[in-house]
Amino acid sequence: MANKDIMRAEDFSFTYPGAPAPTLKHINMPIEKNKITALIGPSGCGKSTLLRAFNRIHDLYPGLVYDGKILLADKDGKMENILDLHKEDQLVKLRQRVGMIFQKPTPFPMSIYDNVAYGLRLSGVNAKSELDGRVEKALKGAAIWEETKDRLSDSAMGMSGGQQQRLCIARAVALKPDVLLFDEPTSALDPISTGAIEELIAELKEEVSVAIVTHNMQQASRLSDYTAFMYLGDLIEFDKTKKIFTDPSEKLTEDYITGRFG
Amino acid sequence: MKKRLLLNKIVLMLSTFSALIGLAFLFWILGTLMVKGLSTMHWDIFTNDLVQGGIRNLLIGQFIMALMATAFAVPLGMMAGIYLREYSNNNKLAMIVRNLSDVMMSAPSIVIGVFVYAIYVDKVGHFGGWGGVIALTIMMIPIIVSTTDNMLSLVPKEFREAGIALGGSKHKIIMQIVVKAAKVGLTTGILLSFARVVGETAPLLFTSANNQFLTFNLNDQFPSLTVSIYNLATYPDQASKDLAWAASFVLTVIVLVINLGGRYITRNKD
Repeated sequence: MANKDIMRAEDFSFTYPGAPAPTLKHINMPIEKNKITALIGPSGCGKSTLLRAFNRIHDLYPGLVYDGKILLADKDGKMENILDLHKEDQLVKLRQRVGMIFQKPTPFPMSIYDNVAYGLRLSGVNAKSELDGRVEKALKGAAIWEETKDRLSDSAMGMSGGQQQRLCIARAVALKPDVLLFDEPTSALDPISTGAIEELIAELKEEVSVAIVTHNMQQASRLSDYTAFMYLGDLIEFDKTKKIFTDPSEKLTEDYITGRFG
Repeated sequence: MKKRLLLNKIVLMLSTFSALIGLAFLFWILGTLMVKGLSTMHWDIFTNDLVQGGIRNLLIGQFIMALMATAFAVPLGMMAGIYLREYSNNNKLAMIVRNLSDVMMSAPSIVIGVFVYAIYVDKVGHFGGWGGVIALTIMMIPIIVSTTDNMLSLVPKEFREAGIALGGSKHKIIMQIVVKAAKVGLTTGILLSFARVVGETAPLLFTSANNQFLTFNLNDQFPSLTVSIYNLATYPDQASKDLAWAASFVLTVIVLVINLGGRYITRNKD
């Protein structure tokens, strides 16, 4: 069981600065290797908060309180608690291994090539030939190479929303992360772009483990292997996606996926 | 007619009238400047120094002081602005600095001139270009601080998060992405603050004072266009008065061009 998981939250609680009560309460949940895990639940349930704890992007803002453990497996399957990391360079390394894609596409104000090369350069890759190779591979991996290969030096700001989001995925994939966290990656996109991104995520799981927050329950059921249903900061139910959507154990889960609330 | 429609008409008329009064004065000023300035302009004022009845040394001196002030104020002000927006988390110090900076921005420029006279000119014992540079720098810093602070606040927080999520350290993300994303706004802000200080008189009156000759030595009294206008306009002879008009016209054109340039950059940023 243990070495199937790439990450695992154990008795994890999280409190925002100044908040009277924790936003997440005693969460126990795995992210399995080379699988897609979906986090669903009504707005404010804490699913994005949990996702953002997996690479400690929360630490950008001061005053928050972590409690419990979030474990990340290294190459030999040994689990390390990422909440024990404190130095900036440790957190930098963590985020190179656990990447993140946001709801709003966030290409940087630079060329398409430089966007993908940016993270690589940060991680110390500077040789032009290696950069060229890895940028091309990443763009191919994000299914956007054909559209961009003739205009790599154009500004990324001129691309469509869907292309920008795939560029952001390419940028993250280029670092060869172990885990990619998607925070509602398609909610700002049209249906065709959404389809392309979903297809891409499904392909990505050959290489990386994926956790995805989504408001779209069809998306969760189409895409994911496992689904976690959260409500008011509690993890209500975690199981195989098929089980959650056809035969949930909890009444609350059933009410939510059948649209009775949320 | 219904009462509220009538009221609407009255308010509309009053505010239009007020706007017209404002515009009228603006065009009056510009018109007078144009007429008096153009009628007294000669191309040879650009090739002669003040001692020969020209403004060449004055333009050069004014620009040197304003550019030196920019060179000091931009790095200092930008770093302070970056601290306020990116590092301070709006703590107490940040609130104090922000408020002080706003107060400084509205401080009468003559006060800054007197201050520099007291701490610098009086101590070294003579007027000099450095005094002018210090005074203009002090004027410029709060403008740059507030511009940087405001422009960085317009960069969406997603840029910072995305950079951090790619494994960047905070200072690299700020310098390579956030500042870059705010580049247009920052450039405009710097241009506008330059335009603001390049036309100042009061901070220079008793710091740099003035010089009839061309000099590049900032320890000397330094040639200043604005101080010269102030002096020339009060001389009794017509030639001096004419030169003051011509110099005013040139200064106005310079400030106007820089301002319009700044706005043009902002408008074309997409």
